Amino acid sequence: MTAATRRLALLAGVPRPRIALAALLGALTVLFGVGLMATAGFLISRAAEQPSVLSLAVAIVGVRFFGLARPIARYLERLASHDVALRSVGTARARVYERLERLSPAQLQGRRRGDLLANVVADVDSLQNLHLRGLLPPVVALVAGAGAVGVVAAILPQAALVLAAGLLIGGGVVPYAAAALARRSAAMQAPARGALSAGLVESLAGGAELAAYGRLEQTLETIGAVDRRLVRVARRAALADGAGEGLRLLVAGATVAGVLALAVSAHAAGGLDRVLIALLALVSVAAFEAVQPLPEALRELRAAVAAGERLLELTDREPTVADPADPLPLPQGRFPLALEDVRLRYAPGERPALDGVSLRLEPGRRVALVGRSGSGKTSAANLLLRFVDPEKGRVTLGGRDLREYRLEDVRRAIALAGQDSHLFATTIRENVRLGRPDATDGEIEDALRRARLLDWVRGLPDGWSTLVGEEGRELSGGQRQRLVVARALLANAPVLVLDEPTAHLDAATAERLIDDVFDAVGDRAVLLITHRPEGLERVDDVVALAGEAGSAPRD
Amino acid sequence: MRALDPRLVRRARPVRLLLGVDAALGLATAILVLVQATLLASIVARAFDGAALGELVGDLVALALVFAARGILGWGFEVAGARAASSVLSELRLELVARRLRGQPLALDGIEAAEIATAGVQGVDGLEAYFGRYLPQLVLACLVPLAVLGWVGAIDLTSALVMMLTLPLVPVFMWLIGRYTEERTLARWQALRLLSGHFLDVVRGLPTLQAFNRSRAQAGVLADVGERYRRATMGTLRVGFLSGSVLELAATLGVALVAVTVGVRLAGGSLAFQAGLTVLILAPELYLPLRQLAAQFHSSADGLAVAERMLELLEAPPAVRPGGRLVPPSPREAPVRLEAVSFAYPSRPGLVFDGLELELLPGETVALVGPSGAGKSTVAGLLLRFVEPSSGRVTAGGVDLADCRAELWRRQIAWVPQRPTVFRGTVAENIRLGDERASDRAVRDAAVLAGADRFVRSLPAGYETVVGDGGRPLSAGERRRIALARAFVREAPLVILDEPTADLDRTSADVVAEAVERLCAGRTVLLIAHRPELVARADRVVTLAGETAVREEAA
Repeated sequence: MTAATRRLALLAGVPRPRIALAALLGALTVLFGVGLMATAGFLISRAAEQPSVLSLAVAIVGVRFFGLARPIARYLERLASHDVALRSVGTARARVYERLERLSPAQLQGRRRGDLLANVVADVDSLQNLHLRGLLPPVVALVAGAGAVGVVAAILPQAALVLAAGLLIGGGVVPYAAAALARRSAAMQAPARGALSAGLVESLAGGAELAAYGRLEQTLETIGAVDRRLVRVARRAALADGAGEGLRLLVAGATVAGVLALAVSAHAAGGLDRVLIALLALVSVAAFEAVQPLPEALRELRAAVAAGERLLELTDREPTVADPADPLPLPQGRFPLALEDVRLRYAPGERPALDGVSLRLEPGRRVALVGRSGSGKTSAANLLLRFVDPEKGRVTLGGRDLREYRLEDVRRAIALAGQDSHLFATTIRENVRLGRPDATDGEIEDALRRARLLDWVRGLPDGWSTLVGEEGRELSGGQRQRLVVARALLANAPVLVLDEPTAHLDAATAERLIDDVFDAVGDRAVLLITHRPEGLERVDDVVALAGEAGSAPRD
Repeated sequence: MRALDPRLVRRARPVRLLLGVDAALGLATAILVLVQATLLASIVARAFDGAALGELVGDLVALALVFAARGILGWGFEVAGARAASSVLSELRLELVARRLRGQPLALDGIEAAEIATAGVQGVDGLEAYFGRYLPQLVLACLVPLAVLGWVGAIDLTSALVMMLTLPLVPVFMWLIGRYTEERTLARWQALRLLSGHFLDVVRGLPTLQAFNRSRAQAGVLADVGERYRRATMGTLRVGFLSGSVLELAATLGVALVAVTVGVRLAGGSLAFQAGLTVLILAPELYLPLRQLAAQFHSSADGLAVAERMLELLEAPPAVRPGGRLVPPSPREAPVRLEAVSFAYPSRPGLVFDGLELELLPGETVALVGPSGAGKSTVAGLLLRFVEPSSGRVTAGGVDLADCRAELWRRQIAWVPQRPTVFRGTVAENIRLGDERASDRAVRDAAVLAGADRFVRSLPAGYETVVGDGGRPLSAGERRRIALARAFVREAPLVILDEPTADLDRTSADVVAEAVERLCAGRTVLLIAHRPELVARADRVVTLAGETAVREEAA
């Protein structure tokens, strides 16, 4: 077991006794099968000597016992191993979440946030195979294989050696050989597959333009050529696939023949009762059941480990923002908020996302921060909520550095309604309530009213119990933004940061939204971050961000 | 799940070929199963009767060779399956791409394109499992039990009857329990999807949860939901695994029953040892293919799902009929008209618009405005013959465009879509999409007119810089300007511009607006826009306001 596998087994931790139980039941399943064939072989051989039927009784009982015990062991084994799988994915989900939750949002956003997070979910799901299909089968094979070898050793030690060697080759060497062949085949195909995928995506997504500019037939020909190349490579690679199964049978055949040869010569030399020959042969055949799932197990283990390593890479990250040892209490009443000559870089060596920026937001004032796309406006919001710390300069709250407060206090003092704010796949009410979980229904209604959503919500058949769909997909762009604003209003923080609340809205909708928001904020201090003209006439100050620094994390 | 989709057999020649190959390999395998059992039994029986090793060496070698031959047949199954999988998928994806690009070039967004590409390229892995493992197992499950029963019947009719007694139990019990668990299993899969969906939702919304100090509370919720799911799932599995156990039970009890009856008759002297042993060795082979078929069932469902998804996509009706053979009049002299055009998307209820009338006279610029969702881009699609009107017609100089050759008509149009595609290639190649034979000089001139020349020359390799997937990333404004350069180089009499300045910041929007004005000069132009300064330059403004409401005013 490699270090990574060990750490994963920890991440997807399951109590040891449960794993041991599943492995034991798995081994018993195989061994009962071996036992069935062994007793049956013995029974028939002994019966051929035509003894009294009574002397066959023990063997008959054995055959019946194994015949019944095997399906029962198998049933229990499947339950035990699936229980392990479900527990491991549950633990992994909770542990990964706990680690992610400590990271700052800026570490989670990144340029390819969508991919990153979708991968986290898929990777956690694939951890359920870590024990079930990856780690348990080899353990089962080892125990059951040892059991079968033990049975043979008690009868004919030299045959046990042959069987042990056969099982080791069939269970140890063959899966690796099969995996190596499969890897070679995948490596051969990967570039051709990549080229074809890219070509397909590009021409399907740009199909209208290809049609408009008369390039359809030409494109189809190009794709056809790339496709033919892939098929050629794949047909050649196919020869390597499935070699594992062939090799296993080759080894099994040689082993069974070897065991039989030893049994025959031992019998001829007088060292073996003839009724045991059939038993040895049938046990050898049945024992190979133990190693049959191993090539698959190796594949599954590698896939689970690859997924797990991506997770570990993420969960090993250290949080970039943390609480101070001795935090200040939030100032009583109202307080100013300021960026003082800050420089911000998301990664060392990257261009600064913000450089030399200052901004002051007095209590009750409204300030707009404007600039072209990519000028680092969202980065200013990230700094104010302490999603990230500046490299130079400081962010202050009531005159003291933001780093002197607890993160929780900072985020209680400042509410964010961002263009990336997430709507959860639950009801309208629960999405708003997130702003302040202890809010009363009346307060939620009030927040909806102030965001000018209440009439619309009341008109819905399910009212505020209406589900908003995944990422709020059931709502229009304007409704989504208003819901995000309502949530931020409910939070009742003295400072409200609106990050591009009108992005993706048409001009008329944007204007109405901004008007309604400014009507609703009351005496809160507001920072409006925007690249559009709507709302600028309603602020006290406009701060322009110059330059195209352009490494703010955006989707 | 059906075992094999008849559409697939009908459509794909490689599938029919594969079925033939599999049948032959299956027959050979069935024969080898019989040979192997007979050989093994004969070796043991002769050793039992005191044969020396020397007499048996030939048979032992033959036995090992039979095992090896079965290995080779298994390998053959997989190779044939993998080759068929890659051929079938190639056939399906090429046909799908051709149909999509010719029949509904507009209907795809990036996500769907990526989905098709993934299914069409990576889907081969699932299809290989289906063709290479499931289908052979299906063939074997039909052939091997019959061969075994026939052979056993020839050796010992009583045993054959015992086997036949247990065999029908298998499908009957599986069917009964399958029906009972189907619903529950479905519920379990739904629960798993919900659980992953819930986790994804929480992880995606993590920055929002952190902004409102709610992230820690979610860890407990996740753990609870996971544990609840585990319990529910284990409940269904307790029943679900019964069907598999019944199969196991039938198999082991069948073997035990055969062993005991054979043993008793051997003891009574009414059966020969070798015959009894052959029957015993064959008994597990009767059930093995059925058990393995059940084991392959789920892993191969993915493969069939891929094929069925592709078939489904292939059966979608095209959005536009292949055109007639007429040569369309040029918009340089002929007015282009939408005559009482109604349009509905097949996937959505209701009409986008109803009885729309629109005329573009040679040389005039018409602005088309209206709220999002009013069908502005659909008008562009109708003019380009990407979609077919539900009723009414689109004409040029009185000739219905549906009667004309689409590629000749499109040759007269330069279209700049709302989100232009930049194809992988150099900037010059991307501009040349407008006119394949354009000289370097013409490309440069077009870029100058489109306001693109300056930024292109600032790129590392100027016009030879590689852009598109994997190349240098371009901003929305840069893409738009390259698309405008395409339109300039095309020198087409009819220009369709779809929201040329949407989502651009002020500076980029101004550059693009100037280029648009240059492009309009001397051409017939349909300008879809909502920015007032663009609309102001139009000769006429047409407002689309959902359904029938069309307002026209002189600008």
